[in-house]
Amino acid sequence: MSLLKKKKRREAEIPTSSMADIAFLLLIFFLVTTTIDVDTGIGMVLPPKLEEDVEPPPIKERNVLKILVNEQGLVLVEDQPSAVQLIRDEVKKHVLNNGADPRYAEETGKALVSIKTARQTPYDAYVGVLDEVWMAYFEMWDAEARALGYPDYDSYVTAIDEQDAENAIRDKIKAAISIAEPDAA
Amino acid sequence: MGHFQKKAVTKQDIPTASLPDIIFMLLIFFMVSTVLRETTVQVRTTLPQAEALTKIDQKRLVSYIYMGPRKLDGNRLGDTSVQIDDALVEDLVNVRTIMYRKLVEQPKLIVSLKVDETSEMGIVLDVQQELREAGTLRINYSSRREIPS
Repeated sequence: MSLLKKKKRREAEIPTSSMADIAFLLLIFFLVTTTIDVDTGIGMVLPPKLEEDVEPPPIKERNVLKILVNEQGLVLVEDQPSAVQLIRDEVKKHVLNNGADPRYAEETGKALVSIKTARQTPYDAYVGVLDEVWMAYFEMWDAEARALGYPDYDSYVTAIDEQDAENAIRDKIKAAISIAEPDAA
Repeated sequence: MGHFQKKAVTKQDIPTASLPDIIFMLLIFFMVSTVLRETTVQVRTTLPQAEALTKIDQKRLVSYIYMGPRKLDGNRLGDTSVQIDDALVEDLVNVRTIMYRKLVEQPKLIVSLKVDETSEMGIVLDVQQELREAGTLRINYSSRREIPS
């Protein structure tokens, strides 16, 4: 009997000292495999599908800044040979014209930029042109924000987000970019 | 004097009992934020460079369409193809049905077009035409940040 009594109940404990090491290993694995790269790109909104019997709204020729990109990536702005670097200023002149120059838009709200490509146009030439047009809008928005007393457009956006206000700059200078269909070959 | 000697025995250990918990917290954070690559891209997509970039923060809303020359064995490149998710799309009309289904699932869908910079605009415009038909109008031309030279 005394022999049996000696058998004390051992405590069933899991050794936890290596827990931190195991967790560390897993942590390092996930650290290495994680890619926190945010997807960046040029955002666009496609026009909705046209109804069969609805005519597209008439647009005055002078309110449209036509940019054509051909197969070699060469650029025509309003049928004049131009360079990709010059597009930014052309777009700004066009949008902020307010009727001054008969070649450019009547007023800011009506200004449109149309980009037309051929089917063989390389994609990077198209993106380059689109990028310049967007940069023109970004710079105009920045200028508007500075006129309102903000350091740049981004801080204006955060400010109005806090106030739940309408984005007045975007309403004033609307980024109206249309992607035209290439001519049927 | 004896009074001063008593003071000198202070423990200098950092308590490590909560260390596993801290590590586990970090671990769980990384586990949740990790997105394991779920698709194998069968086309080459060298993205063009651009300056006027916007970020897409909500990855859940994004669906990708890859366009570019097909990767073949031995570093050769084939014809320009379109890939959605895991499969190549043979007939571009199928883009419409695939994207329409995705739009029903996620009404705020953003379509990110990962197009190789050497592709021709023809195929991009065709896909865009299909996207218009499907009603997925928010698109994004995926591009890299320009490295100032």
